[in-house]
Amino acid sequence: MADTANNDAFVEFERVQKSYDGETLVVKDLNLSMPKGEFLTMLGPSGSGKTTCLMMLAGFETATHGDIRLGGTSINNIPPHKRGIGMVFQNYALFPHMTIAENLSFPLEVRKIGKSEREAKVKRALDMVEMGTFGGRRPAQLSGGQQQRVALARALVFEPELVLMDEPLGALDKQLREKMQFEIKAIADNLGITVVYVTHDQTEALTMSDRVAVFQDGRIQQLAPPDQLYESPENSFVAQFIGENNTMEGVVTQISDGKALVQLDGGELIDCKPVNVTKVGERTRVSIRPERVEYNKERLHADAHTLKAEVLEFIYMGDIFRTRLRVAGNDEFIIKTRNAPDQTRLKPGEQIEIGWMPEDCHALDA
Amino acid sequence: MTDTTAHDNSGPVLAADGKPLKVSLARALRRQKIRALLLIAPLLLFVLITFIVPIGDMLFRSVENQIVQETLPKTVVALQEWDSEAGTVPEEPVFAALAADMKIAVAEKTHTRLGTRLNYEMNGISSLFRKSGRGVKKWDLANDGPFKDKFIALDKKWADPEVWVTIKANSPKYTPGYFLNAVDMQVSPDGIEARPENQQIYVTLFKRTLMMSLMITGSCILLGYPIAWILANLPMRQANLLMILVLLPFWTSLLVRTSAWKVLLQQQGVINDLLVWIGLVDDANRLVMINNATGTIIAMTHILLPFMILPLYSVMQTIPETYLRAAKSLGATNWTAFWRVYFPQSIPGIGAGSILVFILAIGYYITPELVGGTKGVFISNRIAFHISTSLNWGLAAALGAILLAAVLILYYAYDKIVGIDNVKLG
Ligand SMILES: Nc1ncnc2c1ncn2[C@@H]1O[C@H](COP(=O)(O)OP(=O)(O)O)[C@@H](O)[C@H]1O
Ligand SMILES: [Mg+2]
Repeated sequence: MADTANNDAFVEFERVQKSYDGETLVVKDLNLSMPKGEFLTMLGPSGSGKTTCLMMLAGFETATHGDIRLGGTSINNIPPHKRGIGMVFQNYALFPHMTIAENLSFPLEVRKIGKSEREAKVKRALDMVEMGTFGGRRPAQLSGGQQQRVALARALVFEPELVLMDEPLGALDKQLREKMQFEIKAIADNLGITVVYVTHDQTEALTMSDRVAVFQDGRIQQLAPPDQLYESPENSFVAQFIGENNTMEGVVTQISDGKALVQLDGGELIDCKPVNVTKVGERTRVSIRPERVEYNKERLHADAHTLKAEVLEFIYMGDIFRTRLRVAGNDEFIIKTRNAPDQTRLKPGEQIEIGWMPEDCHALDA
Repeated sequence: MTDTTAHDNSGPVLAADGKPLKVSLARALRRQKIRALLLIAPLLLFVLITFIVPIGDMLFRSVENQIVQETLPKTVVALQEWDSEAGTVPEEPVFAALAADMKIAVAEKTHTRLGTRLNYEMNGISSLFRKSGRGVKKWDLANDGPFKDKFIALDKKWADPEVWVTIKANSPKYTPGYFLNAVDMQVSPDGIEARPENQQIYVTLFKRTLMMSLMITGSCILLGYPIAWILANLPMRQANLLMILVLLPFWTSLLVRTSAWKVLLQQQGVINDLLVWIGLVDDANRLVMINNATGTIIAMTHILLPFMILPLYSVMQTIPETYLRAAKSLGATNWTAFWRVYFPQSIPGIGAGSILVFILAIGYYITPELVGGTKGVFISNRIAFHISTSLNWGLAAALGAILLAAVLILYYAYDKIVGIDNVKLG
């Protein structure tokens, strides 16, 4: 096993399982390998086991089975305080009885670092998150966003190589969240630290990460860079979970070198890219992104299959138009078009024909 | 900018009707305030009657001393001329006044009360007054004078200048005597001095009460902290069960619990038997654990423990586990995480529990009475004695007032050192 292990791997989960009650597995057979310096996000619905994975890595929960390695050595038996992993908690967990500076100084004190060096490091860390003037305040005197910055600085001040963050932006409003996403990413890149980031917000995952691990029901459904995740979901859960999607069900009628013909339940034929369908006659769920649907005939292949559609609703959203259609008996078929000067605005009641490039329409598991 | 802002700089802000805004606001709030006051009025009255008035009465009694002036008004006036430091007995006019006063006092039967009162200051005066009362009854004020020799014939004590010093010293309406007595001092012809050594008991008792209350508070913290911690960290079901066990003492009679300690701790009791059986203690030297300070501390710690656990528990419940996790992720060992992060946040609970336990302990009466013996009784037992047995209410009041002052001073000190904001009951 050892010789096949990836030498670059900094954090490794190998066949990790976790059960709290001895009856159900919360984490089922988790395998994950991260190189140094990677920003990896665990994305998944609530209860899918993300926090549990993070806690096992941090040492607050023990794996029921399997091995967790950090820098090549198994950390199963190393207590949390010796792992040297920085951690940002969802509610920040800033010590309320200490000032901001004391909070940051704490990890340095327990490491027996001298006073002058401590002060220099605290100052540097606070400056990094633009909180340099707040050292004397108490956590309760700061806003949520400021507390968030301090929590980040505290997790970084002792210069850990690995930092874990469990939904660190969950409590912030949208604007602040977006600002912090960029800042966290920039700081992580600057310091070259390895980050495991947990969130249930897919935008956050897509914008920040080098790779995203999509969790569902204790398993990683797909582990891929954001663009791949969005454009080539490996199964219908990932397709549904990441971004908006139109789905239709049908049966594969023809399949050959990267193309498949699917007959929808209403009888219509469409072109697809087979993802996890392999043989003719298999049931499938096809999935197509709203922005990849085309209704301007000139931009479609001459031999492309098209579907008849009726416009039900047109919503003006500023940067885009969002149009709801009835397609093959599905009333919730959405298409999105860019608000450009030459763009046609569809009107409710209009009858149109829609189509797409076959590689944009994924035939997934039913 | 609107024109109203122009007013801001030139004078007070005005309301729409031109009156100053402050006045309008006060008027608007007045009705509300009156209503609120009326709503709490019954409660306020209740507190006043049952709480403030008794305390005021107690404070008053500790210095009040009108009995001499009321019973012997003429004598008090006549004594003004007399030099109490000369060491001589007063002259005839004083005795004549005394005879007149005594005549009335005997008729109203107030002379024995006066005797009892003055007996607190000087032993033997009580019987002097009773005896003299019987004699004076038969005298005819107009014809039987002069009275000096007659009084001395009734009782030789009237020739003792000390008696007169005592009467004169107690003739003002207010006296520091009770308070002096309560701190083992007395007024003598030479001024304020310590009482004879064999009569000094109160300072020792005060010191003992304070020391033992502190020890009880300390042992409550030591025992209560881990229990509260377990309570706060156990799953709901087990925590509730444990909570019932903690509260169980509240559901049994105080007397039963105290008596149980007697059974357990006495020399032929369960614990001594056990220790002897194990061989830790020799049968001939069984431990004395009851009817002394040890017994009082053990029994009172047990009784007051819930008052420590409950505030501690409710404070600990509000400390999220993530703080400990955060501390450990930052590199702190279990102990450092507890000591630097958890413990400081639980201090408000310790503060609240300590104040509760200490204040309850310092005034506790029944348990020291039952298991304290002579070496384990508190000042409150002495107060009870003066209220119900010796009937020296003035001294009881003075002792109570000192106890109250001690508690207030400690409370103040606590506020200065720890800060009263740092007390939290949940
Ligand atoms: N301490 C615990 N004891 C028992 N069950 C737990 C505990 N923590 C989490 N779980 C269960 O494990 C599952 C996964 O939880 P979690 O890892 O917190 O998910 P996520 O962080 O993805 O929302 C949930 O069903 C949750 O109820
Ligand atoms: Mg979670």
